[in-house]
Formats: sequence, C-alpha cells, structure tokens
Amino acid sequence: MNDQRPDPDILLDELRREAERGREGQLKIFFGAAPGVGKTYAMLEAARQKRAEGFDVVAGLVETHGRRETAALLEGMETIPRQSIEYRGAHLHEFDVDAALARNPAIILVDELAHTNVEGSRHKKRWQDIYELLGAGISVFTTVNVQHLESLNDVVAQITGVRVRETVPDFLLDRADEIELIDLPPEDLLQRLAEGKVYVAELAERALKNFFRKGNLLALRELALRRTAERVDAQMRDYRRIKGVEAVWPATERILVCVGPSPFALRLIRAAKRMASGLHAEWIAVTVEAPAKIQPTEHDIRKLAGHMQLAESLGAETVFLSGYKASEEILSFARSRNVTKIIIGKPTHPRWKDKLFGSMLDEIVRGSGEIDVHVISGDQPSAAVKAGAAAGTQPVPLRDWLISLAGIGICTGAGFLMFPHFALVDIAMVYILGVVVISSRTGSAASLLASILSVAAFDFFFVPPYFTFAVSDIKYIVTFVVMFIVAIITSRLTLRIRHHAQTARRREMRTAALYRLSKELVHEQTIEDLSGIASRHISEVFSRTVTVLVLDAQGHLGSSGGGEAPAFDDREMSVARWAFDHAQRAGAGTDTLPGASGLYLPLVAASRTVGVLGIMGEPGQKTLDPEQMHALENFAYQTAMAIERAYLAEEAQGAMLKAETESLRNTLLSSLSHDLRTPLATITGASTTLLQQDRILDRRSRLELIQTITEESERLNRLIRNVLDMTRIESGAISVNKEWQSFEEIVGTVLHRLSEKLKDRRLVTEIPADLPLVRFDPILIEQVLMNLFENALKYTPAGTLLELKASTHDDALMIELADRGPGIPPGEEERIFDKFMHGGAMQSGIGLGLAICRAIVHAHGGRIWAENRGDGGAIFRFTLPIGDPPPSIDMEKDSGAGG
Amino acid sequence: MEQSAGLVLLVDDEPQMRRFLRVTLQSQGYALIEAETGQEGLTQAATRNPDIILLDLGLPDIDGLDVVQRLREWSLIPIIVISAREQEQDKIRALDAGADDYLIKPFGAGELFARIRVALRHASFAQSGKAQSIFEADKLRVDLANRQVFLDGHEIHLTPLEYKLLNVLIKNAGKVVTHKHLMKEVWGAAYASQTQYLRVYMGMLRHKLEEDPARPRFFLNEPGVGYRFNVSGKE
Repeated sequence: MNDQRPDPDILLDELRREAERGREGQLKIFFGAAPGVGKTYAMLEAARQKRAEGFDVVAGLVETHGRRETAALLEGMETIPRQSIEYRGAHLHEFDVDAALARNPAIILVDELAHTNVEGSRHKKRWQDIYELLGAGISVFTTVNVQHLESLNDVVAQITGVRVRETVPDFLLDRADEIELIDLPPEDLLQRLAEGKVYVAELAERALKNFFRKGNLLALRELALRRTAERVDAQMRDYRRIKGVEAVWPATERILVCVGPSPFALRLIRAAKRMASGLHAEWIAVTVEAPAKIQPTEHDIRKLAGHMQLAESLGAETVFLSGYKASEEILSFARSRNVTKIIIGKPTHPRWKDKLFGSMLDEIVRGSGEIDVHVISGDQPSAAVKAGAAAGTQPVPLRDWLISLAGIGICTGAGFLMFPHFALVDIAMVYILGVVVISSRTGSAASLLASILSVAAFDFFFVPPYFTFAVSDIKYIVTFVVMFIVAIITSRLTLRIRHHAQTARRREMRTAALYRLSKELVHEQTIEDLSGIASRHISEVFSRTVTVLVLDAQGHLGSSGGGEAPAFDDREMSVARWAFDHAQRAGAGTDTLPGASGLYLPLVAASRTVGVLGIMGEPGQKTLDPEQMHALENFAYQTAMAIERAYLAEEAQGAMLKAETESLRNTLLSSLSHDLRTPLATITGASTTLLQQDRILDRRSRLELIQTITEESERLNRLIRNVLDMTRIESGAISVNKEWQSFEEIVGTVLHRLSEKLKDRRLVTEIPADLPLVRFDPILIEQVLMNLFENALKYTPAGTLLELKASTHDDALMIELADRGPGIPPGEEERIFDKFMHGGAMQSGIGLGLAICRAIVHAHGGRIWAENRGDGGAIFRFTLPIGDPPPSIDMEKDSGAGG
Repeated sequence: MEQSAGLVLLVDDEPQMRRFLRVTLQSQGYALIEAETGQEGLTQAATRNPDIILLDLGLPDIDGLDVVQRLREWSLIPIIVISAREQEQDKIRALDAGADDYLIKPFGAGELFARIRVALRHASFAQSGKAQSIFEADKLRVDLANRQVFLDGHEIHLTPLEYKLLNVLIKNAGKVVTHKHLMKEVWGAAYASQTQYLRVYMGMLRHKLEEDPARPRFFLNEPGVGYRFNVSGKE
C-alpha cells in the first residue's frame, strides 16, 4: 500500500504549480488540423457561452476573414481596437497588448497563436503577448493549427512539402489548461475550400493546391488527433502520478543532442524533442566550443544562440562546453550526466577530411560505450563552422601579415647563414620552426601564408637552380609537399593549442571572477552593498556598464547604489520592468523589445525575482556570445541568490519581530484579562452581596466586604496605571524631563503615598543630608521607587524589615532597597526585569512594575539590578549619573538675626 | 440651605460619578447642584452662586480648562478639578488657570472632603479679609506678626528666604502651590525656571522643621507640580 501513496514532493510541487496557475489566467486553445476547420467559429461560440454565464469576455483580436457566420458571432462583443504600428512607412495594425492589459477582462479572445508580430511591437511573436496576458491573470482563448507546432514543423513539411515559417513552442500546448480539438473530416474541409469559405493568406496559389490534398489533410488530421491524445495521455499520467495510482518510472532516459550553427541543427533539435517527448525523457542540447572552430564569426554565434534558444524553448537544458576535442568533451559530459542517447548529425563533408583530421562522429560512436548514438541527417556540430569560418572571415590585421613576412624573412636569413654548413633538410626545418612560431603569434590566414611562403622561399633561395622557382630535381617536389603539409599541420595544431589556452584562460578568468564575486557577496548584508559589488564585478568581467535594479519600498524598480548608474529613461525602465515582471530577459539581443539599448536580465532567485541586471554596451560593441551570455547568467544567478538572501534575512527579522510582538501581545492580553477580571470579580461579588443581603450581614462582614472592594479597586487602579505607563514608555510618548532634583524629596513623596501600607513595616532610611542635587525626571523616578517599594511589599512577608539607602559612588547616585524576604530565585535576577515576569507563581499582577523601572532608569543613563543578600532577602539597586555639578546657588547673606 | 455645610456645584458628564458624589456629599451635609456640560456648569455657577465647584476636565462640550478660565474671569469661587487626566502638565495647567486644587480619579471620599474643607476655609479667609496672626499645625507654630517659628515650643531660626517660602506655603495651606508660583512669590519672576533654589530651600526647611526629613509630615512634594503644606501634620 505504501508504494501507492503519492510522493509528497510531487504533490507539493503540483500544489505550488496550481497556486501559481490560480493567479495566472487560463489558456484554452482551439486546436485544428488545417486552416478552415472552424477554429475561430468554435472559439467565438465558446466565448458567447462564457458571456452568457456572466463572464467578462472581450475580443482582443479575431480574424473573421470576411466570413459572415463568424462575423455574426462577433457582433455585440466588445472589441479592443488594434494598434497601428508604423513599419517602413506603412501603417500596420497589430494586437494591442497594453490596451488589453488595461481593459483587464476575465477572458480575452486572441486568434492565431502562431502569428508573428510586426517589427516594432513589444514581442516578436503573438504567443508572447498571450503569455503576458496570462501572467496578468487574464484567461485567453486562442486558436492554432497543428502545422504551427515547433516539434512537428519538419514532419508537416515532409508531408505537405510546405514549410511553415510561423511556429509556436510546444510547451504552449502543454501549458494550456484546456485544448479543444476542432475536427472536420477532410471531405468536408475540401468542400468548404471549394465553396471559398477557407481563407489561407500565407500560402501561394500553387502551394495551396499542394497543401489541401486529401492525403495531406488526412495526415494532418492524424497528427492533430495524435498530439491531442498525447496531451490527454500526459494529463492522465500526471493525474495518476499525483494520486499515486501507479509507480512513476524513473526518468531513466536522458537525451543529448549536439548542436552547431548549421541550419541542420534545427532538424536535430526537433528530432530530439520528439524523441524526448516519446520517451518522457529529459534532454540536453550541447554545443562545443572546440578549437576547430577557430574564431567563429558573428553570424555563426548568432545562429548558434538562436538554436540554443530554440532548444530551450522546446524544453531542453542547454549547455556550453569547451575543450580541445569536441568528441571527448561530449562523451565525458554525457557520462557525467548519465545520458542514454546521443543525437548527432550525419556528416556532409568529404570523407578524406575524416581520414586526415579524424571524424568526430566516428570518435563518438567508438567511445560511446553503453550510450546509444542516433545519427540523423544533418551535420556535425562543429564541422559546418569551418566552412562558415572561412567564408565569413574577419579582416586579418596588417600586423599578422607583417609578422608572417618578417618571420619567413628571418628564416631565409638564417638559411643563408646555415647554407654553407648544413644540409638542405636542416634549412627546411628552420622554416617549419618559423611557421610554428608565426602561427603561435598570428591567425589562421597569416599562418597559412607563412606555410606557403616558407615553401616558396625554400624553393627560391635554397633549391637549385637558385633564385628561381624552377626545380631541377623532381625529388624536391616531394620535399615541398611534405614540407607544406607539415607546415600546415603544425600551424593548425599550434593555433588549436593557442586557442584552447585562450578559451581556458577566458573561462578561468570568468570562473575566478565568479568566485571572487560570490566570496565578496557572502560578506555583505545590505542590498545596496550587494548591488554595488555585483555591478562592479560584472562590469569588470564583461567590460560593460552594469546596473543592478531592485524594487524600492514603493514597488518601483530603481538602481540600488553601486557605481555610476546610467540614467535610464522611461523607455529603458519599462523594458527592465518587463524583464522583472516576466522573469525573462529582454532588451538588446533578445526576442523581447530588442530595440532597447540595454540588455536586461532578471535576477531570478529560488523563490522569486529579486531585481534586474541592466547591461549597457558601448556603441559598436559586439553582442554577447552564447558562452558569455551563459557566464553572465551565472553572475546574475549569484547576485540574485545574494540579494534574495538579504531579503530573506530582512523578512526573517521582520517575522521574528512580529512573532515577538505577537507573543508579547498575547501574554499581555491573557495576563491583562486575568489581572483585570480578578479584582473586578471580587468587587462585583462583594458589592452584589452587599446589595442583596445587606440585612442579613452583620456589621463586621459588611465592613470586610467594603474593605475588599476598596482594596481591589486600588489594585485595579495600580494595574491600569502600570499598563498605561508601559504603553507610554514603549510608544515613546513619555519624555524624560530632567531637572535638578533632591532625591530626599522623592523619597518623602513615595513614603507619604505608601504610608498606609508601610504602617506595619519597619523601614530604615539612610539618606545623607549632603546628597547633591541630581538631574532626573521626578515623576519617573518617583515611579521607580514606588514600584520597587510595591514590589518589596508584595513579595516579602508583613513585618519584615525594609532598608532604603542612598549614597554617591563614582559620579553616580546609588539607591538601594533591601528586604528580608525569600529572595530572588537563582538565575532570575535579570529576568525579573522583563515584562510579564512574576516573582512567584501565586502572586498576581502583570509583572510590569520592574520592567517599567528598568525602562525609566535606562532612559536616565543609569543601571538597575537585583541580587540576593548573603544573609537572606533581596537587594534592588539602581544608579543615576550625577553628571555636571548643579548650578551654583547664590545663598542669601544670612544675618542670623532671626534666631 | 442654612443647615447645609455648603452648596456644591458638580460639573461631570458621567452619571455614575455624579451618583457617587451625590450620595457621598449629601451624607456629609452638603447641598448639591449638578451640571452635565461645561456650558450648563457656567450658567449654574452664575445663577446659583455655589460655595465650591467640583469640575471634571473631560466634558462633552467645552474643555474643563476653558471652564476654569471663564469662571475666573468673574468669580473667586473655589474650584477643585476632578479628572482622570493624571499627567502633571494637565495638573499644572489647571492650577495655573486658576483652579484651587486637583484630584485624580479614582479618589477616596476622605481625600475629597479634606480638599473641600481646605478650599472652603481659604475662601472664607479671603472673604473676611482678615489675616491670621498665628498659624498652628500640630507641633508647628508660626507667629506671622513677629515672624517667629516654633517647633514643639522651641524657636527655630529661619533665614529670610526660608521664612518667605514657609509663609507662602502656609498662606496656601492644604493646597498645591506650583513651582512657578512659589518661585515668583519668593525669588521673583526672573528666577521662575531656576527650580534648584526651590529644592535646596525646601530641603533646608525640611531639615529644620521635620522630625524625619525623609518622611516629611508638613512639606509634601507633588512631583512635577509643586508643594503642599499639609495642615493636619499627619502622614
């Protein structure tokens, strides 16, 4: 039975997801096999239904394509006007996300999920708009056809021969709370097409014919049905898993796909996604920055970044590896992650290259061991880059060419010196050495030049006939070829090693910087300091201006200390805000609001987004490559964690304070209600007895009852006074009003007030007549003395001796009140000054008296403490600083005549 | 009216408080007029000419302090403020506004009667215009005409300022005299804030005239407000 119980973690996870979903809007997708099946119509019908049920339904964007039935359904429904966007001189109408957000309906209809927005809109894709609406808690009805699904894109293209450009990521379908499959048999659809009821804008006439073939439609219909069924299946599985109906098979399969910048990589990614979904496996997209890709071009970098982003959007984990040999890196990574399947592209380059340089595919297959390797038509991740690198070379600096020429010149000079003494082979060796040295200093083009020049110079200067390129002996041709090949290979190897070293160095620098950052972050507590450190470190590593934006008390994003904060204009700020709200990167180099001048990375920590990292590049700076982006994300993550830690610490402190206040309040309330009710109960009891049984009671009993009422009233009064005083002290409403005072006078007042209670007590007072005036607040100090006396009277038996003594000690007035009572329980000497502490179980009273004393004495800069006397009883002491001597008094000239 | 110990005007909006005072005062032979609001109290004071006014500060219409001030514009009727406001500043304000005494709620009946008696006696002295020549309280005897002070039959030597201070307190015996008032009367207005003089001289008076200066019987301190000369000489 136990095995069948649902895993609590899964349940929690699901609950959390549901809670999050609860805040988000619901997504309902009307899913069709082909255009014209009636998705929009179905959506509108469902919307009318919802409206009839009383929901606030608004048409955000509905394409009726001039169909009357559809337009009729739209009638009477509130429609959000489209926004006009100027694009290359033309005014284009686009869905207005901001208007929809401002309108904030319960449900909004947004047709055509796969639509690509006009440039200049906030998002590239409409589905991103919809995501934003969902995030704002608005439910969305939308439509999409099966051929637009990212993972099915290739399949659809294979079936129909038409490549659909507008795709949506698959996770949208998984994210949908409800999917309604709009099914129409192909015959009916063709009939509708013939009647002109189907509007297909994106397909040309010929393509249209191709697309709407019965075979295609059948295949698409099957695809749509299968995709929907898969989803239902997944839901069922989830349900079973959550309810513990069946044991979950562990995610044993893990798929790794090797991705490069070549366009074939897209196919690999989609294939991996399909395989992963089929096997319910995790999958990882990997790219290797191997030395083979010498200096990838900007174009390649962007391509590769796009591929990795696609993989990410399809649910893959993306990893950037770097190493000398791509195959080794991939295999060791695959092993470390327990990958079970590797997907790799079929090589398209000539076979001789493999023979010469070794084939990555071959190495992976041979080294894969227990890992399955799936080879899919496409290309090796890195091989294609070579071609790209050659085609898209960056201009080689003049310096490289000069080094090449000079290097070969020096070799030639050395050759001339050696010529009389050494064999020709040795001179060839000198040239090879020169090429190695040159390639360790320059790029690939210059080292290639060096290789060619070395052979040419060798031929020209040292091979007879001298000073011509002609060769007398045919055997020298072999020497040249071998020399050239050796030069090329050594130069390549040198370049590789150099590049590898560079990559390693760069990575090491970043890792070291990351380490430094995290080390420094550990020591700081405030968000300002953390932000300052983070922006300083990240600026250094990426040589860009970096600002950390966090929420201020009003909930606005703002730069939080640290370095020179660039002035963000409203536009940049809104991009940052978007990144924060959606926990997605935005701005330059991303899909969202790419027109912004800065790049904004959300600082996403474990529990929430804590801020935004704003990165402003200098004009003309290259965009960050994927590896840099990756590193940047690591930095952002570190910063986010640190800031979250600061937030959590703040919150914990707040929570602790709250809990403390809460428990204090509870203690106060419970003891207050007890302490108020007890005397009230006595008073009520005594007085009602007097009222009802006056005649029966004798005089003594009556007096006793009356006495009780009086005493209890006094007690109540004292209690209320203490509570009021404590409240005043704690709220800061009380101010210490220091004046020059005579302590003797205060003692007199207190003793006078307590004269009734002190009647049956022996009291010894020892107050020197020459006690100086001391500055204190008479009312407050009277209160201290009063409370100490009341405390002594309460806790010591009647008739015992009390001793009050005042003296001066080291610039302070010390007052002692000693009793002969039971003393203070050991270890409680400090705690008795805490609020709500009682001296003993049977005593009543809220226990505020001593707490008030302490507050008052502290406010005077004095100290109060209690200790037990060696020979029984307790002694309470407090000090008041004497400070400056009192102002002098002009004493009158006393003639003495009066006596 | 002739038999009554005096006509008391009670201004308080609390019916429970009025009931308690009505019973208590009538049992002691005082006649009573009750008013619920400040305005009503002012009218009653003008029309009925009471011997003494017991005034609550927290009134529904006008603040009790204003009532004191308005009464003092035309009348010398003794006013005893009874209030739950226990802050010293409130007491000082009421006394400075012209109230004769101040009682904090809750108070005992004995305390109330003592204060009423003191206030009435002072009023009668003021009306008769006669100054006493001899003041006696327990073992203390002050010959006001000859400026001589005797304790238990022995003459005690006082400096002129000490005597002046004692004189002011005696003149207001039983009533609280604020620090400000004492300073003005004895040292002059320029010294009003130099209360350390008062502390030193009161200390000297205590040491000369009290048996145990730490447990004074005559010179009672009202912390933050002023001093009261305790006529009865009892603790």
